[in-house]
Amino acid sequence: MQLNKIMKGVFIALPVVTLMACSSNNSSQQAEQASTNQAAQESSATTTSTGATVETGSVARDKSPEEIKQEQKAELMANQTILFDFDRSSVNSKFYSMLNEHAQFLVQNPGETVVIEGHCDKRGTPEYNIALGERRAKSIETFLQNAGVSRSQIRVVSFGEEKPVAMGDTESAFAQNRRAVLVYQ
Amino acid sequence: MFKNLYRLLMLTPLLFAFNSYAALEIVITEGIDSAKPIAVVPFKWKGDGVMPGELASVISADLRRSGKFNPIGQSSMPQLPSVDAEVDYAAWASAGVEVILVGSVEPYSINRYLVTFELIDVLRGQITGGNARVLSAGKLVDAKDHVLDTRQIVVDGNRFRRHAHYISDIVFEELTGIKGAFRTRIAYITVKDRNKYETPYQLIVADYDGENESVLLRSSEPLMSPAWSPDGNKLAYVSFENGNSQIFMQDIYSKSRTELTNFPGINGSPAFSPDGRQLAMVLSKDGNAEIYVLDIASRQIKRMTRNKNIDTEPSWTPDGKSIIFTSERGGKPQIYRVNLASGKVRRLTFEGEMNLGATVTPNGQEMVLVNRTRGNYHIARQDFKTNAMQVLTKTFLDESPSVAPNGAMIIYSRLHQGQQVLSLVSLDGRFKARIPAAEGEVKSPSWSPFLL
Repeated sequence: MQLNKIMKGVFIALPVVTLMACSSNNSSQQAEQASTNQAAQESSATTTSTGATVETGSVARDKSPEEIKQEQKAELMANQTILFDFDRSSVNSKFYSMLNEHAQFLVQNPGETVVIEGHCDKRGTPEYNIALGERRAKSIETFLQNAGVSRSQIRVVSFGEEKPVAMGDTESAFAQNRRAVLVYQ
Repeated sequence: MFKNLYRLLMLTPLLFAFNSYAALEIVITEGIDSAKPIAVVPFKWKGDGVMPGELASVISADLRRSGKFNPIGQSSMPQLPSVDAEVDYAAWASAGVEVILVGSVEPYSINRYLVTFELIDVLRGQITGGNARVLSAGKLVDAKDHVLDTRQIVVDGNRFRRHAHYISDIVFEELTGIKGAFRTRIAYITVKDRNKYETPYQLIVADYDGENESVLLRSSEPLMSPAWSPDGNKLAYVSFENGNSQIFMQDIYSKSRTELTNFPGINGSPAFSPDGRQLAMVLSKDGNAEIYVLDIASRQIKRMTRNKNIDTEPSWTPDGKSIIFTSERGGKPQIYRVNLASGKVRRLTFEGEMNLGATVTPNGQEMVLVNRTRGNYHIARQDFKTNAMQVLTKTFLDESPSVAPNGAMIIYSRLHQGQQVLSLVSLDGRFKARIPAAEGEVKSPSWSPFLL
C-alpha cells in the first residue's frame, strides 16, 4: 500500500523531472516544435473589428518520419526510470512493458543510442554503490538486448549514490534514488 | 537543533578557543571525561603591541581534538607563568592539572620571532620542589626531571599556526608516546545544491583541523574517492567530467593533472601502494568490478581478482605485499585479502550482515571498516590476529573511514539531519566529534600521511 503511494508519487513527479532534465536537449526541442505545428493546424475562431466572426481551417499535414520518431521519443522520455528494490539489481516485472516500448523504438531506429545510468540510495559505501549501480544498469542493458536491441546502441554508466533525485534520509527518498534511467543521446 | 547546540556550547565553554572562520569546525560530542586535564598557559609576549600570531589557543584546540587531553580554560588557571621558575606547582596540582605548557615569544629579526617553551609535570615538580638532584659521575646535579621538554624555535610571522601545530606534536608525543598528527591534512569532496550551482562538486584539501581550505577542483559532474600519495604531494581521485568515471592524479601544489585511466565502465577506488609507484583500483572493463594494480610509470595494469561478483575498495597493507578488498563472492559484501605474489585470497570478516570499505591501520595490525548489523552501518575495527571486531560508532549511515597516519583517530562520513557530514572517532572509540559543514554535503574524507 505504502509502496503503491510512493509509486504514484514517482509517476506524477517523473514527467516533471524528465522535462527539466531534457530542457537543454535538442531532440526535445524538435518534439516541441512538432507539437506546435500540430496546434497551428487546429481551426481557431476570431472576432473581427466589425463584429463579424470568421473561422479559419486547414488540412492536416502528413507527419514526416522524423516527426513521428521525435514524438515517440518524447513519449519514451516521459517514462524513462526503472526503480529497484534495496540492494537488488533484478528488473521488477512491472517495468517490462515500459522497457519493451523502449526496446521497440531502438530496434526500429538503429541510429538512436541510449545511455543507461545506474543509481543507488545512500546506504552502503560509495564505491560499492558504483558497482551496484553498474549492475543495475547492466540488467537493463541485458533486458534491452534480449528484446533485440543492438549492443552498439547502448552505453552503460554508473553514478552510484552521487546523483540522487531525492534528498534526505527517508525510505521514500531512498526508493526514488534506487533507479536506472534511460537517457537518449 | 539550536537548543542542542546551545547545550553543547554550555558544556564545553572552551570551544571559543577554536575561534576559527573555517568552513569546517569541530563539535566534540563524547569523550571529554576520560581525557587528561592539561593547561596551555597563554605565551608571554615580550615585544611591543600585540603578539603577531596565536599559539596557546591553537595548541589547546589540537590537544582537545586528539581526544586524549582536556585543556582547561584560562579563567580556571591559578596563575599565568611563562617559565618554570614562576610555576606554583601546588596551585596547579590543586586545580586538578597534571601537566602545563608555558612559554614566551620575543622579536628575533624582521618578522621573525623566538618562541621558548617548557612542558612541566606539576605533580613531579610538587614532590621535588623543582629541585630534584641525581647522582651523575659521582656528583649531585640538578635534574629538573619535572621539566619534560624545553625548546626554542624561530618562527616566521605568518607561520604561527603551523608552529603551534608543531608544538602540539611535541607535547602529544612527549605525553602519549604516540607521534602527533597535527601537521597533517585531509582531502574531501563537497557537494553543493545541484540546482543552484554550476559546479556543485568540489575536491578540497584543508589542514587536519579544517583551516586553510583550498579547492583543488570544481566540477559540474561527480568527484569521488580522493587518495593521497605516500609523499603527501599528490591526490588520485575519480571524476565524471567526461560522462564516464575516470581516475586522475593531481599535484596539490601546482595545478598539474594527469589522466591515469579511461576504460569503459567503472574506473574507481584508487589507492596508492606504500612505495607510491603503483595504484590499486577498480575497473569493470572485463565484465564486472575487479581489482587491478596500475604501475604508474609504465602504465601497465595487472588484474588481481577474477570473479563474477563485485570486487571493490582495495586498501594496501603497509608492507605492500597484499591488498584487502570488499567482495560479494560469498553472497553479501565481506572483506577479503589477496596476496599479490601468490594471488591467494582469504576471507577476513564474518560478523554482521555485511562488511565494506576496509582500510588497513598504519601499523598493519588491524583494519577499520564499515560493518552492517541489523541494517545499521557503523565504523568498526578488526584485529588481523584475533579477528575480534569492535564497533566504534553509533551514528547513522557511517562510511568512508580514513585513519590518521599515527593510527590514533579515524575521520569518516555519516548522515546528520539528512546531510552527509564528516565526523571523528578515536581508534579506541572513546572520543567522538562532529565536523558540521557550512553548506552542502561533505564526504569521502582522506587523511594525509605525515607531511614535512
